[in-house]
Parts: sequence; C-alpha cells; structure tokens
Amino acid sequence: MEDLTQQAKSVHAQFDEHLDLDVDAIESRLETLVSKYRIPPEEAQRSLIENYREEADLNHDDLDPRSNNHVDVATIDEDEQWIDVRVKVVELWEPRSDAIAQVGLLGDESGRIKFVSFATSDLAELEEDSVYELSNVVTDEYEGRYSIKLNRTTSITEIEEDIEPGNDHDDQTGALVDIQRGSGLVKRCPTDDCTRVLQNGRCSEHGEVDGEFDLRIKGVLDDGTTVQEVIFDCEQTEELTDITLDRAKEIARDKLDTGAVLERMEPDIVGRYFEVTGPKFGRYLLVDEFEQLGALSADEALEQLEVTA
Amino acid sequence: MSQSQPSRSVARRVFATEFNDITYTFKESDEERAPVYGLLPTGERANRVFIAGTLTETQDVGGDSEYWQGRVVDPTDTFFVYAGQYQPEAAAMLREAEPPVYVSIVGKPRTYETDDGEMNVSIRPESISIIDDDTRDRWVVETALQTVERAEKADEHPTEYATMADEQYAITPSAYSESALDVLEEMEESHD
Ligand SMILES: [Zn+2]
Repeated sequence: MEDLTQQAKSVHAQFDEHLDLDVDAIESRLETLVSKYRIPPEEAQRSLIENYREEADLNHDDLDPRSNNHVDVATIDEDEQWIDVRVKVVELWEPRSDAIAQVGLLGDESGRIKFVSFATSDLAELEEDSVYELSNVVTDEYEGRYSIKLNRTTSITEIEEDIEPGNDHDDQTGALVDIQRGSGLVKRCPTDDCTRVLQNGRCSEHGEVDGEFDLRIKGVLDDGTTVQEVIFDCEQTEELTDITLDRAKEIARDKLDTGAVLERMEPDIVGRYFEVTGPKFGRYLLVDEFEQLGALSADEALEQLEVTA
Repeated sequence: MSQSQPSRSVARRVFATEFNDITYTFKESDEERAPVYGLLPTGERANRVFIAGTLTETQDVGGDSEYWQGRVVDPTDTFFVYAGQYQPEAAAMLREAEPPVYVSIVGKPRTYETDDGEMNVSIRPESISIIDDDTRDRWVVETALQTVERAEKADEHPTEYATMADEQYAITPSAYSESALDVLEEMEESHD
C-alpha cells in the first residue's frame, strides 16, 4: 500500500513537533480505516489528522503552515511554504544530477510551475499528462523564481479529473542582454505542422527540405535579478526591428547571407530596456506585446527608497 | 522531453566604484568550466554585469594583434573594458566608435594582478551597444536602486555572499548605498 505509506508519512510530518508518533502505527490505523471500514484514503487521513489534533490539544491554526493549504500554482510567492496542489504534469525534463529523481513542469488552471523530486525521497514517479493531488510539497525560491519540491512526506494521489494548465500571461521588464542562435531571418520546415527552424537547410525531423522564410528573435531579458528567455515572432520582430520580412529577404539576397539580417538588427535592440507581455511556454515567454522603456525618474526612485527605508 | 532549465547567470547592475573594488573572485565547483564569480562588496556574486555610461576614449593597446581598451564613465567612476580577437564584435565596436558616446555593455568581470601585486578588475564584453540618453539614464536609476537593495539585504538578511564580502572587503555595503543615493539626488537636482 504505497499510497498509505506516503499518507502516513505526511501525517507524521504534520505532528512531528507535537506528538511522538510512529509512521508504521499511523499507517496501520489508516489501513484499518481504509480496508476494514471502507473509508476513502483521503477521508481516512483527514479523520486521523483530526484525532491527532485533539490528542495534541492543538487548534487548526497550530498545524499551519503544514495543514495542507490548497494553493493555485500561479499564486505561489513565498519561499518554504508547505502546501497542497492539484496539478497536471505538463513536461518532464532530463534530471541533470543523480540526486534528482524527477524534474519538470506542473500546471493547474492558474499557471505552471517547476517541480523537483529527489532520489532520496523514494516517491512514486509522476507521469506526463497525468493529474495528481500532491499533498505536503514545499515551495522554493531561487532568484525570484518559484518552484515546488516534493519530499519524503509528500503524498501523491492520481486523480481522474483533467486539468487544462493555464498559460500565465507574464509581464517581464529588463534589458535585452543577448540574442540567441536561430534568430533573424530563418527558414522553417514546410512539412505539415512541423515548422522547425532549419539548420543548414536541414530539418532535424524531415531532413533536407525547401524551407520557408520567417523572422524571429530569441533573446534574453535580464532585470538584474532574474533572466527570462523571450521569443518575438515574425510580426513582433518586424515591429521591434523596423525590418519587414520582405526587406529582410532583400538584405539577405544583396549580401548573399541570411546572417546579414541579424547583423543589421542587433545594434538597434541589444542593450536596451523592454517590457514584454505574453504567455509562458516552457522556458520561453512568447511576446504578444512589447514596449521599449525610457528613463526612470530619479525622483520616484528616491520616494520608493524612502518608503522602504 | 524538452531541455532542462537554462542556468544563465544574471547580469548584475553595478556602478563603477563598486565594480572596481572587486578584488575577490571564486568558483562554486571544481569543474574547469565552472563559472567564475566576482564578489561584489555589497554582498552578491557577479558572473556577468550590465553597465552603461559614456565611452570617453578607445585605444588599441595590443601588440601583434589588436587589443582594444575602452573607458566608460558612469556617475561614480570609470569602467575599463578590453576586447581582443576572441571578442571580434566588441573589438570592432571599439575600433569604430567615435567617443564621446553613450554605450551599454553586457560582459564578465575579469580580475588580474598588476606587477606591483595590486588586483585590478575590468570588463570582458559580450556585447557593446550605442544607446540613447534615456536608456543610459534608466540604467543609472536602476543601478542605484539595485545597489541600495543589495546593501539593505546584506544588512538585514545576509546571504553567504554578504558574509563573504564582510570577510573580504574593508568597505561596508552601506558606503555604496550612500553613494548610490547621492547619484539619485544629483540626478533629481539636474532635472529640476
Ligand atoms: Zn520538419
């Protein structure tokens, strides 16, 4: 009964500071409730927590922050909070270290968030596109970005209900500090639904093809504490650089080099400040709207500092 | 499966006085290609910086091959930038620039020991852009704000880097914070 063990661990963790409980004992009480009395596992866990709470003479509030606040992932804005989430596994990524069991992206209606589980926690594996109730996960913050960490007390319950993970409409301000490969005038694979950007005339899926020209900028916005990769599509790139797709093709033809287009674009956009908005997709923010930013008022900055001082 | 998260270092906003006081650098892993961080005296690590100012002078200081030096002045001091054959675009920029002109630079701090044993720090540019005065002014205000924020954080919630800075440097974060406030006040007066 893997799930009951996880639930028992979660209950144990909640009363860690208050009662001298034993995970096996909790599990056997859960098991009695579930198999003998046919109480659904979640209900069994709840009633057990209620029992222990009375035993420890605690109020509901005393169990906070571990008393399983159900949270929308887009609202997570504090480090080290113990929470519950109901999420779909959007993507699993390749862990970069043996210590990490799984890493990827979870989503609920409100948005998406990175998650990590560690090999030592010995948890059941999450599957892509499945929906789970994850109880007792802990939030983590790194340079302004939030993620959640699963741990040995996390209980994982797969649920039938489907979730359409939201695309947070993000707003990001920063200096455009880099433009990545595959920017400028590019060629895309014309095969149905492929649209991959060709490298030296080849699609990684369909081999050598006659590509179709397109414009895009893949760049990095940096506000001094966080970085965000952003993609400007053809329309946004035309507006950003003042170079249309037709003009870009002319430039490439004149110079016999598609790279000449990016060379023409870069000096006007790198090292400037922009505010962009758009949905986040994996690690990229897809720009729907942008604005180049001008001076900040020293006056307002001083006011802001006096308020915080 | 998609790729794992990017791990690009952020570009810290730092005035020239603070930047030039970087004497301590460190790595956080033994791997040869691990990033080198300069320790900011306000208690933050910097593998990359974003700076802006007036490019006042350029000079080829190289021997056989070109090695361009640029001086970039901000309200507090002068940044030194060096670009050679491994930074061809930045080197071309310095060769062709006609000072004085406003520039913004993304680059990495590089420290070196002079013949008399003193530590010097300069910027190895990844990109140099010619910018307008609005962008430069935005950088000044942003950098002042972030300098004050770093100093406050070092004081109130010191991280390991703040502790490191406390051990490595004689000048306290609050000195840089005060200088940043002076910059803002001067700007405010000049705009009145
Ligand atoms: Zn294809």
